Amino acid sequence: MNIIMIFYYLISAFLAVLLAWNFIREKKNVNDMILYLLVLAPFVLRLLRIK
Amino acid sequence: MTDKNNVKIALTILALALVTAGGIPLYKHRHSRMPLVAGPGVTKVIKLSDFEPSLKGRMIDADIFVLEGREPGGKALLIANTHANEPAGLLATLIVIENAVVDKGTLYVIPTFNASASRNTKPGDGYPLYYDIPTAWGKVLFRMGNRDASPLDQWPDPDAYIHYPDKQLLSYLDVRNTNRTWPGRPDGPPMERVTFAAMELMRREKIDVAIDFHGAETMFPVTNCIVAPQKSAKIATLTAMMVKAMEGFDSHVEPSPQNFRGLSHREIGDFSDTLPFLLEAPIPFLDQPTGPKTVKLLLDGKDPFLLNLAKEKRLFVPYDENGWPMDKRVGQHMSTALEILKQFSKKTPGRALKLTGVPQYAELVKNGVGAYFHDPAKADPKNVHYE
Repeated sequence: MNIIMIFYYLISAFLAVLLAWNFIREKKNVNDMILYLLVLAPFVLRLLRIK
Repeated sequence: MTDKNNVKIALTILALALVTAGGIPLYKHRHSRMPLVAGPGVTKVIKLSDFEPSLKGRMIDADIFVLEGREPGGKALLIANTHANEPAGLLATLIVIENAVVDKGTLYVIPTFNASASRNTKPGDGYPLYYDIPTAWGKVLFRMGNRDASPLDQWPDPDAYIHYPDKQLLSYLDVRNTNRTWPGRPDGPPMERVTFAAMELMRREKIDVAIDFHGAETMFPVTNCIVAPQKSAKIATLTAMMVKAMEGFDSHVEPSPQNFRGLSHREIGDFSDTLPFLLEAPIPFLDQPTGPKTVKLLLDGKDPFLLNLAKEKRLFVPYDENGWPMDKRVGQHMSTALEILKQFSKKTPGRALKLTGVPQYAELVKNGVGAYFHDPAKADPKNVHYE
């Protein structure tokens, strides 16, 4: 794995944490909760090296 | 606990269930292995990493099956799964590996050249993850791959791919397309290293002929053909004439464009002494205006929408109710490749190649592809390999 690829995995992890944190903090809007989870899914699949 | 918290927990469970249900088949697909039984002609198995060490231990490395003849002669290389969503080439090379015996010369066969692409898929286009071929001892399961390598093996993509060494601007996706990254370089992106390894194989082993098996849409003009640069044109033309006359199928010759870089039929010829040929067999599955992308469509090539388009003369190949079945496509590849080797041997007797045990077009159409595969469960384990 080269340095740029490692950097992209770190960016993905950072975005995944941001999305998860926003999901946790969201108290009212169910639509936003669903949106955070939907956007989070591909980041999780990439970080787990599935897709 | 509030109602909102309950909703959040339910959503989290639902999201985890969806990611798990979607992720497990993709993980299994990437890590699945296709067995093959090396036949009596296989004398050794080497790797692309023997020619470019940076590939070693990675999923992008690929096996090279070597079939050494009893007598010295010429050398040929067969490459399949350059595009892993064009499976007729893979099946043709597996038939060679499992059945061919080389009497003269040496044959090198790479069945899954873009190994990463063979473990990639295209869910957005509804690709099946696997397809199966019937045999006398049951169905054999093969991975359906994608055109490009997986981003898990090469990421990120650039905004535009600058081809090496010509600096031609290509689509960003082509950086993962092993039919755009020829001739490659040892310190480039992984797919350039894969093609560089193959170039090194051809240069070091002094390969005379390289045949790259592909499939193309029936609506694409460069289909059902042999693509050849000027240096291979004579053999390609004779081959096209012979298969038409002797075996009754068309495979016209398309000249390799000089200004479109990165393709095997262009760069292999320009960067080595090898004569390159790229074979295209029609694959209706890849056409855009078809019904669902099912295994049935992949195998029988029958589609009502393409049939309507054929009636309006919108296709570049003859097309009727019989579709364009896999057996026919593999048969075309096999007979065309054998004829290329025959024509090369006639033209260069000192570097002739002679192989037996491989079925030709009519036999493949009659018996089906599955008739030429061997049961790994009954084979000597030392001959069973996994791709």
